Amino acid sequence: MKHTVKYIALAAIAVLASCEPEFEDSVEDAGFYSSGDANLSTFVAVGNSLTAGYADGALYITGQENSFPNIMAQQFAKAGGSETFTQPLMADNLGGLLLGGVQIQPNRLVLSVDASGNPSPTLLEGNPTTDVGNSIPGPYNNMGVPGAKSFHLVAPGYGNVGGLPDAANPYYARFATSASSTIIGDAASLSPSFFTLWIGNNDILGYATSGGSGVDQTGNFDPSTYGSNDITDPNVFASVYSEQVAALSAGASGGALVNIPDVTSIPYFTTVPVQSIPLDATTAATVNAQFALYNSQVLPGLVGVGVISAEEAAARMVSFSEGVNFPIIADDDLTDISLILQGPPFNLPAPTANLLGQLRQANADDLVVLPASSVLGTTPDPSNPLGVVGVSIPLEDSLVLTATEQGRVATAAAAYNATIQGLASANGLAFVDARSALAQVAQGGVAFDGGVLSSQYVTGGAFSLDGVHPTPRGYAYTANLIIDAINNTYNATIPKVNIGNYGTVTAANN
Amino acid sequence: MKKVLLVAAFFLTAAVTYAGGYRVSLQGQKALAMGHTGVAVVNSSESLFFNPAGLVYLENKLSISAGVSGVFSNVAYQNEETGAFARTDSPVGTPLYFYASYQATDWMAFGIGVYTPYGSTVEYEDDWAGSHLVNNIDLQAIYIQPTVSFKLSEYFSVGGGPIYVTGSVNFNRNLNRTLTDLDGNRSEVTIDASGVSNWGWSVGAMFSPTDRLRIGANYRSEIILEAEGGDADFENIPNSPLTPFADTQIDASLPLPAELSVGLSYEFCDKWLFAFDYNRAFWDVYDSLDIDFADPNIPDSFNPRNYKNASTYRFGLQYEATKMFTLRAGYYFDESPVQEGFFAPETPRNDSNGYTAGLTFNVGERFQIDASFLYLHFKEVDASYEGYTENGEVVPFEGKYKSNAFIPGLGVTYRM
Repeated sequence: MKHTVKYIALAAIAVLASCEPEFEDSVEDAGFYSSGDANLSTFVAVGNSLTAGYADGALYITGQENSFPNIMAQQFAKAGGSETFTQPLMADNLGGLLLGGVQIQPNRLVLSVDASGNPSPTLLEGNPTTDVGNSIPGPYNNMGVPGAKSFHLVAPGYGNVGGLPDAANPYYARFATSASSTIIGDAASLSPSFFTLWIGNNDILGYATSGGSGVDQTGNFDPSTYGSNDITDPNVFASVYSEQVAALSAGASGGALVNIPDVTSIPYFTTVPVQSIPLDATTAATVNAQFALYNSQVLPGLVGVGVISAEEAAARMVSFSEGVNFPIIADDDLTDISLILQGPPFNLPAPTANLLGQLRQANADDLVVLPASSVLGTTPDPSNPLGVVGVSIPLEDSLVLTATEQGRVATAAAAYNATIQGLASANGLAFVDARSALAQVAQGGVAFDGGVLSSQYVTGGAFSLDGVHPTPRGYAYTANLIIDAINNTYNATIPKVNIGNYGTVTAANN
Repeated sequence: MKKVLLVAAFFLTAAVTYAGGYRVSLQGQKALAMGHTGVAVVNSSESLFFNPAGLVYLENKLSISAGVSGVFSNVAYQNEETGAFARTDSPVGTPLYFYASYQATDWMAFGIGVYTPYGSTVEYEDDWAGSHLVNNIDLQAIYIQPTVSFKLSEYFSVGGGPIYVTGSVNFNRNLNRTLTDLDGNRSEVTIDASGVSNWGWSVGAMFSPTDRLRIGANYRSEIILEAEGGDADFENIPNSPLTPFADTQIDASLPLPAELSVGLSYEFCDKWLFAFDYNRAFWDVYDSLDIDFADPNIPDSFNPRNYKNASTYRFGLQYEATKMFTLRAGYYFDESPVQEGFFAPETPRNDSNGYTAGLTFNVGERFQIDASFLYLHFKEVDASYEGYTENGEVVPFEGKYKSNAFIPGLGVTYRM
């Protein structure tokens, strides 16, 4: 009797504890959200650093956890997708990369505050523990490889540790299935039922971030001859891209292709104002006096002998005035006059001739890159206080993306984007216009429940401290864009995330 | 006697639960089985809580009632836009009560009661969608009430006494929606204050114009628990002057609102008793939960609650089926004090309907076993909390909530 009572009591407690409240329509119920015509059982994301979840100049665990494919996979799981999404996680949150114990990639940037209270991006200190030699062979659902260009995805040996540092990629070398495997081959071996492909950014980005130091390889169809800062030929892009789309969509129910944003959307190019040299009237007059001969005699003389056009001469005139001025810069698209200036009738000494060789004053169409902020206005030679970068020393070519160089980037990007959109529509794939979406973030921003997401460096919330890669919030915004495109293309109702729940830059002092 | 009290007080610290706001209406199994009516009912020392004026009508020299309930409460949350879903995993609450009444003369009775009319334990999964509002909360308040009851005439009695309250609160939430340390662990704060005490009072009157009809009223005062020097424990804070959150002390105050009850009971057909209570809880005192951090670098936390006064309508029926058994049933409608736009997940209460039943088993002349069961039904509700801000901008926390509670209770009554 006593035991019976006890058992009845225990049974009653078990019943009561299990009487959970149920919603009439629960988001947990199968069918509440639909994947429509898409099959989300095996989702594979292929691309570069943006797909990998790279941020703050490094790849680290929490960044990877906030990669747009990982955010999407969690939303896919609510619409019948797989609960698992594998990523080649780094070993720590420092982000640095080792090769045989030697650091080959720096740690992540964090926002540090100095003694006087000024915040600035600073490398996080610490000994990284991710060694490329500690292979964790894939394939993984996230096949994003930082640094990869379009043609790298199909390049055998790109993951061969032996090929480092020049012929291979350390991130892919960590998880390539073999020394000869390709990224696209590893991805296809997972037999994706759904995929995203976002590649091509680095095919122009290296050129852009290096201030156009590389070569526009348009017309050169052999990518094995390209340097890391070169622009990839659009035909090469089209060829490898269509190969990749074919490989990924072979057995897939669908996929999403993401186009290439404009470089002018990212804070790396928009943070440092080009008009950045404050001068008082006296200093301006002194500086102008130094350029008087150059303006009044050298340039007209060169026009006279047909070395440069009148137009180029006008562009090369240097003139400072009281107020905030454009700096002088080196522009490798100008005619190099350094040798001519050393000869008659100018007979300038070599240092002066070299300084004037490809010199002009910047204008409103130039973009100054983020690292220039620590160079502009400085005096690199302490013994020469008159040698000021931007005033008497031209800002290096690698720190300025000129209008001409922007034109090359834009032309290539437009060609890539035409290919991407064309292949999306030819294959019935979702097309994600990241270019327009990021332009919107850059121009006025996108409102969310906690404010406005913008491209403002550090404070805008969209971009991490490297000025190129998104923050978790920026990646969440990206994930929503892609989900939108998928929902439209495949009649799906995959829920989006609230980007306000995703963080931005990380504050930390070493 | 003292020992019994101490033991009861010890168990009460595990007390918990449910009802509008953080009011927990489980102050007697007999009353609860009748929809928690009792302001005009005289059948046990439970009257000490419901209406001290009733104690003097108890027929025995000594009446003792004690009991415990098991609170199985659940809350589910979902946001259909994002697919976010959460379920509370709150521990089973076990609120207790103890009342003893002694008939000193035929016109005066003394008593003492220990009970827990306020409390709340809600545990969400850490870092759930609303973790910037609450991860978990455990609020307890123990009331100790010495009581005296006078019969002023054949028809009229009064009663009352001071109330000593000792309470504690433990509250954990994330600092905001996004802040983490370098390893991605969400920054959080735990506020802990215990041994917070204060005084209040309860007073009641009962009018019994006929043998069958009683009319009662009771008022229990508001008591503000002022937590001074509580602890704030910050975890997972980035090492940065931009996030100057170091462990510190806090001051905060939590109101336990006043409650007015009026009601009547009517005996009919010999064996039947009908009871009706109307409660008015003066929740408007709960305007905002403000936490004042001692460390000047840490901004004080203002959490608007904006509660309104709320009513509860209670109906109960008692039937003396046999000498051995008395059967009871009841119903109540509990209006939520939460106003639109202030539905905070730490006390996710919309209007509810309570269905009660129970019985008393007479073991002998002196000893009774009282059993009750309460099912509290909440409608699915679309709600939002709009008291949370980021950078001066209101960030609503929206979603659907669905709650329920199952509360079986067992008590004993001893009379001599």
